[in-house]
Formats: sequence, C-alpha cells, structure tokens
Amino acid sequence: MEGKRTIWYKTAINEAMREEMERDENVFVIGEDVDIFGGVFKITKGLVERFGNRRIRGTPISEAAFFGLATGAAMCGLRPIVEIMYVDFALAGMDQLINQAASSCYMSGRKVKVPIVFRGQYGSGTREAAQHSRSIESWFVNTPGFKVVMPSTVYDAKGLLKSAIRDDNPVLYLENRVMYTRKQEVPRGEWLVPLGQAAVRREGGDITVVATGGAVQKALTAAEELAGTVEAEVIDPRTLDPLDMDTILASVRRTGALLAVQEGVVKAGFAAEVIRRVSEEGFDSLKRPPRALGAWDVPVPFSPVLEDAAIPQAETIRSAILEVLGERR
Amino acid sequence: MEDTETVRVKDVTRSERIEMLRQLILIRRFEEKVKELYNRGLVIGAIHLYIGQEAVAVGVCRALRREDYVFSTHRGHGHAIAKTLDVGHVMAELMGRDTGMSRGHGGSMHLYDPDRGLMGGNGIVGGGVPLGLGGAFAAQYRGTDQVSVSFFSDGAANQGTFGESLNLAALFRLPVLFVCENNQYAATTPFARSTAEADVAGRAESYGLTAERVDGNDVLAVYEAAAKTVTRMREQGGPGFLECRTYRIEPHCGIIPDEREPGEREGWQEKDPILILRGRMEAENILDAAQLAEIEAEVERELEQAVEFAEAAPWPDPAAEHNRDWVV
Repeated sequence: MEGKRTIWYKTAINEAMREEMERDENVFVIGEDVDIFGGVFKITKGLVERFGNRRIRGTPISEAAFFGLATGAAMCGLRPIVEIMYVDFALAGMDQLINQAASSCYMSGRKVKVPIVFRGQYGSGTREAAQHSRSIESWFVNTPGFKVVMPSTVYDAKGLLKSAIRDDNPVLYLENRVMYTRKQEVPRGEWLVPLGQAAVRREGGDITVVATGGAVQKALTAAEELAGTVEAEVIDPRTLDPLDMDTILASVRRTGALLAVQEGVVKAGFAAEVIRRVSEEGFDSLKRPPRALGAWDVPVPFSPVLEDAAIPQAETIRSAILEVLGERR
Repeated sequence: MEDTETVRVKDVTRSERIEMLRQLILIRRFEEKVKELYNRGLVIGAIHLYIGQEAVAVGVCRALRREDYVFSTHRGHGHAIAKTLDVGHVMAELMGRDTGMSRGHGGSMHLYDPDRGLMGGNGIVGGGVPLGLGGAFAAQYRGTDQVSVSFFSDGAANQGTFGESLNLAALFRLPVLFVCENNQYAATTPFARSTAEADVAGRAESYGLTAERVDGNDVLAVYEAAAKTVTRMREQGGPGFLECRTYRIEPHCGIIPDEREPGEREGWQEKDPILILRGRMEAENILDAAQLAEIEAEVERELEQAVEFAEAAPWPDPAAEHNRDWVV
C-alpha cells in the first residue's frame, strides 16, 4: 500500500476499529447511538452496515449497565470497545470503570483479564459548560488498572487505538473533540503506535514543554511564535500511563527547564505528576523551578470569554514558557 | 401447578439430594470455621457470612454447569463453594496468603475461579449486577448455550444498576439469571425500612422479565425454580429472575453485632435450610443418622485439610513484581 492520503482524525479512529474488527472476531463496539446513528459524532459511521448489530451494539442511556456488560464480557474473553458519548457521562458509570474494570484483574490474582477499551471525546472550547467539557485524564492516571491514551495527531489516533484494542489491560482512550475534523496526511494501510512511547513534536534546546491532548497543538503554536528567541522542545507523551519518562528526562537533561501543560485542572493533575516525576528522577538536570500549567480550579465555564480564559491557550503557554525561563515579555 | 412441582421435586434423585445436603453442610461448617478463625485473628478483613442463606447458592448452582458464569457478591463464600472451588485455596485467600485463590490480592469479597465459571465476588453492593450481563452477552455473542448468574441482595435492588441491568437484559434478550437473595437486611437496615414496595420480583416483571418468588430456605424449591428458568434460558434465550426469600442469621460484617426484633432470628432458625432438607430426606427414609454422621465427618475432614493448607501457606512477597504492578 504505497502513497499518502489526507484523512480526518475521526476517520482514523473509525479505521482503527474497522481494521481490528476485521482482524479479531472477539472485538465488538457498544455504546449509545453507535448503530443507527453512527454515534453522535459519527465515529462509528458505516460499522453497523459492515458488521451488523451483533457486533455494533447500540444501547439505552445506561452507562452503568453497558459499562458493566462490556467489562463482564471482557472478563469472559471478548474484547469490547465502549463508546462514551461525552467523557462527562462516564461519571454515571464510574463504579463500573474504577471498582470493576480497573480492579478486577489484579484483585483476581490475574485469574481474569479485562481487555477493554473505553473511548470517548473530551475537551473544551465548544461552549458546552462544565458537564460536557470535562478533562478526566488525571483521575484515571491516578487509578491503578487503566492505561490512559490521548492522541493528538491523526496518525496517532489510528495507531494508538489499534494498540489499545490489542492490549490486555483496560485502556481509556481520550479523543479530543476539537480535533475530530482536523485533517492530516497519513500512510495507506495499517500501522500501530505502541503504548508508552512519547513523541518529540518539536526539537529545541531551551526548555522542555510536556503537553497532552489538545494542549499539544497549542504548545506547538506557542513554540513557533517564540522561535528565534526561545527554542522550546515540545514532547507529547501520547500515553499518560504508562508514561515514557526516558524521553522526558533526556530532554530535561538538555534544556534544564520544564513546563508541563494540560487542558484539565492543574491541581493534583497530570501536569503536576510530570513535575513530581522529573523532580524525583531528574532534579539535578533542572536549572530553574519547573511549572505545571492547567485549567482554572473551577468547573469549565460556559461563556466563551470565561472558557477561553480558564483553559490554557497558546498565548498562556507562551507566557508560561517565558516565566519559567525568567524572561518576562 | 402444585402437582407438577411436587413431581419435579420428587424427580430429584437421592444422590443429588445427598450432594446438596453435603454442600449445605460444607458451606455452614466453612462459615463457622471462618468465624472461629476470624476471632483468632487468622482470617482477616471484612468477612460477610452466608449462614442461613446456603440453600440459595446450592439450589441455583445445582442447576448450572461448570462453564456457566457466576458473578457473586461481598457475601460470596457460599457461591464459591457451590461452584465447587477448592476450600483450601479459598481459606488461604481469606488469610491473605500467596497461594490463596486470588494470590492474596482480593480476600473474602474477591474470589475468582474462571475455570469453574466463578467470575468474582464484589465489594460494591449492586456493582456485580451489570457484570453478569457481560457473561450472558459473551455466551450469546459466541452462540453457546451457557447462562450467566448475577447474585445480589435486597439491598442491591435499590441501586441504579439493578433497574438499568434488568432493562438491558430484557432488551438484548441476554441469558442472565438474576438471583435476588432477599435476606431481609441491607447492612443493618431492615428490608421494610429500605424498600417501599416489598415485591422485588414485581419490579423485574415491570421490566418485562418473568420472575419467580421462591422460598430461599428450601433448597429443592430453589433448585427446581432455577432449573426450570435455566432450561428456558438455554432453549429460548432471554433473562430470568428469582427472588429467593431467606434470612441472614449473622450480622452484616464480621462479628459486629446488629439488632434484630426479639424472636425474629429464632423464628428463622426453625426454617434452617439444612433442617428442611434433612427433615424431608428423613421423612422419605432416604437418610439415616449414620449417613448424616458420615457426611458431617467428611465435611469436617475436608475443612481440617483446608485450614491446615491455609495456615501453612506462604505470605505474598512484597518485593515480587506481580504484587507491585497491575499490568498484564
């Protein structure tokens, strides 16, 4: 399969599911509206026509029940992909995610495995207020039993999801809503991106910026704006758990400066966790105090003026980079 | 109706009855042993005893095959034994040992043996009910005639997962058997103070399920209802529902005492599931004192060996990678 083509981020997710379902009969998709409507964001478009209702299973609005159904099915040897319409809605089924899916394998002494992917869209910037704009990645990094994946490119969206589906652990795969219609050039055919490997999105020697999900593009924009004055290295962990510390530490050894950015709340969050790890494992490399940047400590506000201010933007990231380096401008 | 049921109960062979009696006694003596070892500090943690409810686990699991799935509860020792788990490994798990059923990672509430279809207990009341749908979904998906059982209690019937699961099971026609062990208490709150409408089975009917109301202390009645329902589920698909009315003799957890109405516990002890089956077998002249003594002795030996195995079992090694990491 030679040549390149340009596809949407959401098409990449659809392709990953389609290919894995072709490859493995045990893979099925379950969630609200995934069959008749192709999901409200059309991520499962065309799958019911190809695989039928046995494998593409639309559900009532019963997160606890269909999360539990899928978890139980995974314990019994199937490989479910569960679509969460908005990750905020996952909270209605949180017991099934945390106490059941995440815990069962370890609690059983590994007698049962739970090979399951919970995937859904998250993020802010679409003026939908707190209950439709949540970032939940930090909670799941804090939960033993979940791998946490946040693709920020079209290429990764497909390659990471395929790896997630083949993984024997529960995986939370977080799709950035704003990126669904972003287009990028990708190869034809199949590829995998392994879980647990960060990507260096931009090289630079002055500061390491670790950014996740929707913050990656914003960090790159900030870095380009500063180019010539400050050369920022932008690292996208891609998988928050397991976290590729080697790539982050190697970068900090070169730059001596660190900014960690996420769109979610910064308090006790993933960005703070990056600072903790680097402080513990690479303190001697740091030439100046590191910084964690994230959302305000409020439920995501509705008004565009407030929402944009509450969530880190390219501008905020640019200022933060300069602050870490002690250069105010 | 009455006649048909009587005939069915009579169809249960003597050897099956003996085996059910043996299991009832094994569960009872196991729980008594657990209590004793708990008081000696050998069994640890949150222990929920099954005494008084044995007929439910034994009657339901008698209607199952080894490969049928069971999703159990926090009060799950009886389900584990009725699913024929090795009592030594179960006891070792209750003591937190490395060779315990779950390698000391789960304890009393988290016993698993997928080879025998036991897909785990659950520390969350109502948490395991939706998981049971998954076992049924897997069977339906693969086209096998396995069934899946979700055990839960009257307490769990007030959780949201209960209603959600009933609807989904009926909607998808999943071969899941919901078994409500109505033991009259949710933790320490009596049924009447937790539940506005007392007919739990009626709630299942309102979701479109066929439900049976069963004397949960009569193992033959439970077996018959379960067998009938499971047969229908294997042949025609779709869910089933049993409300087994029974009584939790012991406190909710451990040895923390709870209050009961005067005479309530004693009244139920007269309807003890072991006494009911024993009495019936004696009346039918298929059990005498010597045979009963033999069963008791056999159970005693099995438990002695189990405790011996568990006490000698090694502790988990905190340095071992599989204890420190969850990844598979």
